[in-house]
Formats: sequence, structure tokens, C-alpha cells
Amino acid sequence: MTEWIEICALEEIPRQGTRKVKSGDAHIALFRTQEDEIFALADRCPHKGGPLSEGMVCGKHVTCALHSWNIGLADGKAAAPDVGETPTYPVKVDAGVVFIQL
Amino acid sequence: MQKMKLVMVGNGMAGVRTLEELLKLAPGLYDITVFGAEPHGNYNRIMLSPVLAGEQTIQDIMLNDVDWYKENGITLHLNRKVVKIDRRARKVYSEDGTATDYDRLILATGSTPFILPVPGNDLAGVVGFRDIHDVDAMIAASGHYRHAVVIGGGLLGLEAANGLKLRGMDVTVVHIADWLLERQLDQTAAKLLQKNLEEKGLKFLLRKQTAALLPATQDGGEKRVGSIKFSDGSEIPADLVVMAVGIRPNAALAESAGIHCNRGIVVNDTMQTYDPRIYAIGECVSHRGIAYGLVAPLFEMAKVCANHLAEMGIGRYTGSLTSTKLKVTGIDLFSAGNFSGGDKTEDILLSDPVAGVYKRLVIEDNKLVGAVLYGDTVDGAWYFQLLREGRDISDIRDHLMFGQSRVGDVGHQGQHKAAAMSDDMEVCGCNGVCKGTIVKAIKEKGLFTLDDVKKHTKAASSCGSCTGLVEQILTSTLGGDYSPAPAVKPMCGCTDHTHEEVRAVIRKQKLLSIPETMRFLEWRTPDGCASCRPALNYYLISTWPHEAKNDPQSRFINERAHANIQKDGTYSVVPRMWGGVTTAADLRRIADVADKYQVPMIRVTGGQRIDLFGIRKEDLPGVWADLDMPSGHAYGKALRTVKTCVGSEFCRFGTQNSTQMGIDLEQAFYKMWAPHKVKLAVSGCPRNCAEAAIKDVGVIGVDSGWEIYVGGNGGIKTEVAEFLVKVKTAEEVLEYSGAFLQLYREEARYLDRTVHWLQRVGLDYVRKRVLDDEAGRKALYARLMYAVQGEPDPWRECTTEGEARREFEVLEA
Repeated sequence: MTEWIEICALEEIPRQGTRKVKSGDAHIALFRTQEDEIFALADRCPHKGGPLSEGMVCGKHVTCALHSWNIGLADGKAAAPDVGETPTYPVKVDAGVVFIQL
Repeated sequence: MQKMKLVMVGNGMAGVRTLEELLKLAPGLYDITVFGAEPHGNYNRIMLSPVLAGEQTIQDIMLNDVDWYKENGITLHLNRKVVKIDRRARKVYSEDGTATDYDRLILATGSTPFILPVPGNDLAGVVGFRDIHDVDAMIAASGHYRHAVVIGGGLLGLEAANGLKLRGMDVTVVHIADWLLERQLDQTAAKLLQKNLEEKGLKFLLRKQTAALLPATQDGGEKRVGSIKFSDGSEIPADLVVMAVGIRPNAALAESAGIHCNRGIVVNDTMQTYDPRIYAIGECVSHRGIAYGLVAPLFEMAKVCANHLAEMGIGRYTGSLTSTKLKVTGIDLFSAGNFSGGDKTEDILLSDPVAGVYKRLVIEDNKLVGAVLYGDTVDGAWYFQLLREGRDISDIRDHLMFGQSRVGDVGHQGQHKAAAMSDDMEVCGCNGVCKGTIVKAIKEKGLFTLDDVKKHTKAASSCGSCTGLVEQILTSTLGGDYSPAPAVKPMCGCTDHTHEEVRAVIRKQKLLSIPETMRFLEWRTPDGCASCRPALNYYLISTWPHEAKNDPQSRFINERAHANIQKDGTYSVVPRMWGGVTTAADLRRIADVADKYQVPMIRVTGGQRIDLFGIRKEDLPGVWADLDMPSGHAYGKALRTVKTCVGSEFCRFGTQNSTQMGIDLEQAFYKMWAPHKVKLAVSGCPRNCAEAAIKDVGVIGVDSGWEIYVGGNGGIKTEVAEFLVKVKTAEEVLEYSGAFLQLYREEARYLDRTVHWLQRVGLDYVRKRVLDDEAGRKALYARLMYAVQGEPDPWRECTTEGEARREFEVLEA
């Protein structure tokens, strides 16, 4: 079982905002929705590798900053008719602290 | 609780589109049952012509196959006709006597071809052109027989004739009027069309009235049509007769149930019949006295109907203006509006019969009310838009005939006519999409609108310069059934409100935040999308400067990071150089920054500044601190540069100090946010070395003062700026340019460049507000000055510690 790694306080991610997380060579994008849900995706758009952490968070998807693909935060899947998928990471919030499994 | 029961009679495009819209808005609200008289799912009736011509098969044109109904939990009864509605018991009865209950009923019974009441109209070989069954009969006949006669020289008739000709038949079109398409074309254009079709091998008999259809003389088997006889006594052979003289709404079922009908089922603006539980939609309805047969209006109706069925109750259908396009390969024809003329109308005419081009624009009260284009339809969509918007065209009247793109787009091989393009030619130069790809997607995926094409092919989804071409491809592929998107476009999929409505409400209700605005206007999505949020943010801060709070999360990344994101995720940094003037000290600092952060590329921009490329986001605050120069806003919907020539200080031709004027303008306005980027230029003499004629505001110094030009654009489509005013002093240049920019800031739609906004409102309007109304001009200028006063420099804000800094920090795991 992989362990939960502490990342930051929930308050350090703006609502409808993102943060970049680096772990070794892995680049991860952390998202916080309007409803304070937290999601983590690999920081690469399945389209042309754009950093999803620079996108705009709307509802439960992020719109990539490079070519406006919409990627689902929960499943990492591109919204139709685009096709593609980016890896997701398990996250949880415990007492206002954000944890991630790598 | 038990779900409400929704029953739909009819299984065509309008009806099924209503269900699709309804399922999007309120999935699971109803138990849905559909009755279809045909044995197929929902297919794309528009594409029957290509099926007839042998370019497509029925499988290709299926929009919703039987599985679709299953997946959406819809009970589908195919081959079952509904024969009776019992409104009191709320039941419909089908042919076999089974009864089905309903709480809401949709009548989408469509229309049938009108069959001429002449002797012999029931012979074998006499068909309409309406459904798969007709097409099958026509294809079968083309294999065995030679002579085909199409009665009716309208859109459908000509398409049928073209298809039968391609199937190898000898085709004659019989038409009662003096010329073809008499409802869509004037006589001159119709003659050109007839000539072109004759060159393709079609024959025409005009002013002929059909008297009877006579059986073939051979005996045995069923009685088949053999010839057609006209009222003047003449006769021609006919082994197949296609009746294309019009359609008749199928209103009999509704009528028998006592629902008010008048050449169609009469509905109100919410698509309800006189029985409010019963809706009617599509070709069977009569709305404000009009029955529509084109797809775009039917889809608009579907939206409204679905909205009401979903119990949202905010949509209203107020009728559609339609345009016409013929779907015959190699023929370019467009018509819209009223062109029958009259005392009050004026014509602008262009006729070049040798080149096969004919254009007629009909104007009434300085407004375009009708257009007929033949041979060159590139501006059809533009004329149609002018027509629908009813915009005063007096200021563009002298070049109206020459179309929107007098100067030309770039990026698609100089092409303006989609029909002249081969399948492998590139239409969208941004995303590398060829014409063939677009045509294929339209046919195979059943696309109807520009937005559909954008989503599926990416064509026209980046810079948008090929939008006109894509619209042409849509019209030529979908033919008469397509008409461009409605004039009043909602802001985005999250709302039905237009940009203008949203702006007006923000002002009137003094809304100060995005959530407040979305709540007040009942946004459909919880927090908008990447298209409406930046627009709302701009509308709020431009309407209520210093009061509405800027929302960084609703800004595109460039405006959040105050730098331009590049394809690899690095950024570029452009510091301000007032009027293109720099100093040795600034250049030295830039060089030092480039060394310290190992900047991979340093470029001189087109706007007389220096751009540092390849900077990591984490380094941005450090770079800005070390540069110690103001932000250049090269990343923003804001004032970019004020390009200048050297002017009278050094130049031997210079008449005015253009450099100083440029610096003054840039320092006055550089902190303003705008609907889109704004570029200025100042030249010191009419040689215009600063290229002021292609800027949003271009100022040209002459001996006696300054000329101000507005609405120029050097980008996607080159637009030459138009002369606004000549003034004497530098102070006046500031006031007039500032007032123009403030008007643009207050009234343009988000992402409109000045030219797009100007094209919509007209230069006369701007003259009235900025030139004629002195107090108004001064007030506009004062509002701009108030908006920019005290605005912090975004770079300086981020170089100090605090929340703004966090955007640039990476977390470690």
C-alpha cells in the first residue's frame, strides 16, 4: 500500500485554482473546485502535453491553457469529441491538509 | 414518485432533436415513448439528395440508430402510426388499437409532398421526394428506365433532377412559373442557373402546367406511368415522375383531435398548441402564420420546446429568417430576404454574365433587406448577418457590393470560394484541416452548425479566419436546409443571455462579482466555463472600476501569470519601452537578466520592444525584480504597444513629434484592460512609417495637426483603419483616442477587436458619440482616466511576498 504524502494546506490552493507539485521527475497538477473538492492529475494534457496546472478550473473539469481541451478532473478523460486520457492520482483532505498518493 | 409520461408522435429530425435537448437539460424527468411511421431510426433527411446521387448510403445518414433510443431508455415503436388522440383521457391510439397514456404530448408529424390532383397521379412510378422509401423507388427506376420528369423547379426538384441525372437518366424539369426557383431568385439569376444546369445535361420546360399522367401502353403487371401530358396538349415520355411542387404539413391527426390548425398545427412562441399539454414542432406547425421547412429553424424550435418540457420555461421562439442555398455540386447560389422589389426599395446590382456572376442587393431605409448571389456566394453569410441585424448600412454602402473581405484573409491559399477548392486543399491553416475532412465529418457525423464543425474537426476553432469558408462548405454540403446560426448568439453554452444583455444587467443591477452575476442571470453551470468567466470578469471590472473585484481564477493563464505561455510551458517576458524608446541602462539590465536566467532567445518584437523567451514560471518574479521595468502587457487583453516613427526631432520629413505623442498615449492608457488586445501607432508625417493604418488607433501627424484613424487591424484579416477626425493639439489626440477606446471598452463584446465592434455598430455611431457630443466625449475620457488611475503594475505586485506570489511557487512532494 502506497502511503499518503502531505502536500499543503487546503487554503494554499485557491478556489477554482491550481498548484503545481513536483516529486522527483513527476509533475502533478493539483486542483481545487468551487465546492472545495481536490483532484490531482499528471500535469500533461493528453493533446499536446500542455501543463494542465495552467488551465482554468470550471465545474469538475480543467480547460487546458494551450488549445482549450477540457479534461475531467475525476477521471482524467478529455471531453468528447476529443479523445485522450491523462493519469489521475488519489488525493484526500484531512483536517484542512491535502494528501496525495503517488 | 412516478415519472411523467412524454409521448412523441413522429420520429424525424425536429422531434428527436427536441428529445436530445430535453435529455441534456432534464434527464430522467419523463418516461418517453416515440411512435415512428417509418421502419428506420432518425435519419438526416437533408442528405437524401446525396443518397440519390449515389454519394452516400442510408447507413451513412443515420443520426440516431435504434440503439440510441435503447441507451436513453426511450420506448420506440417503429412502423406504427398513431391514428387518434383522446385529449380528455390523455391517450393516443395507434393503428393496431393499442392505447398509450401521456402527460405531455409532442406532435412532430412532419410533412408530405403535395401530389398534384391530376389523372394518373396514382400510377406506379409516380413518387414524391421526401423519405428513404421515395429514394429507393427512384434509384430502382433509374436502373430500368430512361425518362425521368421532375415536376417542380424549386430547390428539392432541382436536387432530385440532379441526382437522377447522375444516376444516368434523361431528366426533364417541368415548372409552372416563368423561371426556376421563383421564390428564391429573380429572373436574371434564375436564367444563369438554368444555363448552368443545361450544361450539365438537364432539360427544362417552363410555363408548363401538367394536365395528366398517362399509363405506358405495354400490358401485364401493374400500371406504370409512361408519359406526361400538359394543358397545352403537348406530351413527353416519362417512366418516372417525381412530384416536387411543395410540401403540406401533416396536421390531420391534430385536426381530428380538435386542435386548432391553419395550414399546419398552430403553435405559440413556446411551441404549445391550443391544448397546452400538447406541443407541436417541426414542419407540421404553423408559427405566426409561417411553416418552416429548413433545418435551422426546426432546431431552434426544438431548443425552445425542450426548455419548456424541462420546466425551465425561459425560451421563446420568435420565428426565423431563412436563407437558401442550392445543393448541386459546382453551382453557387445564395438568396435571403425580400428581393421582389417595390417602391421603397433600391437595388445595387453587379452583373457579369460571361464570368457567370450575378449579385443583387436590395436596400430599404438604409438597411439591407434582401440578397441574391449567383456564381460568387462568399459573402452570403455576411449579407445574411447584416440583414438579420438590420444594421444601418449607409456608411458602408459604397463598398457593400464588394463584400466583407475586400482586403483578404491569410492562411488558406488566398481562397475565397469553397466550391472552387479541391478536397485536399487546406481550409484551416491553424489546425491543418482540409476541405475533404470537413465535408466527410459533416456527412458522416451529421453535423449541422459551425460549432459542430469546430468541435469535431477543429477547423475555424483557432484564429477563426476561415469561418466564412467553413460556413460555405456547410451550406454547400447541407444545401437548402442549412442556414447559419441565429443572430442573437448567447454568450456561451452556460446561458441564453447575449453579451449585451449581460453587460446591461451588470450595470443596471450593480453586480460586482461573478457568482453574483451568475446567480442573478440563472447560469446553467455552477461556475461557468473557460469562455464566459473571463468575459464576465472583464465586464465587471470595466463597468465598476475600483469596485468590482478582479478574479484571477477567471483569467486566462497569461493574465494570471502576467507573461505569455509558450508551447513547452515556459513564458516570455516583454518589458515596456515607452513609444519604442529605450536607454543604455535598460538595455544593460535586460542583458544582465538574459545572462542570469540563461534566457534561450531574445527577440525584437514587431511592436518595437524586446521579448525574452523560455523563462521558467518560477523565475518570473525574479526576472521582473531584476528588470525593474514596467510590465509590457504583451500577454493581456490590454494596451500592447504604441508604435512610433522617429518624427520631427530627427527626421528631415517629420512634421510632428510622433515619438513624444506615442509616449504620452502609452503612459496615459497602458493600465487599461480591454475586450481584446489594443495596438496604437503614431507617425510623424503622411509617409506613415509607423504603419498607423492597421492599428486600433492610428495617429498620423500632418503639418497642421494630427489625423486620427480607428479600427485598423494587421492580423488574421487585414483591415485598413478608417478616418475619424483631424485635431490640432496633442491634448486633443489624447482626449479623442481615449474617448474612442473607452466607448470600445464599455460597449464591445469580450474578444471583439475594435474592427469587429466597429463593423457592427458602424462608424457613424462612433462619430456621434465621440465627435458630435462634446460633453459625452469628455465624460468618456474622464471615465477612462478614472479606471486606470491607481491601478498597480502587475509585475511589481508579484515581486513582493504575498498571495500574488503563490501563483509562481511549486510545491514539493
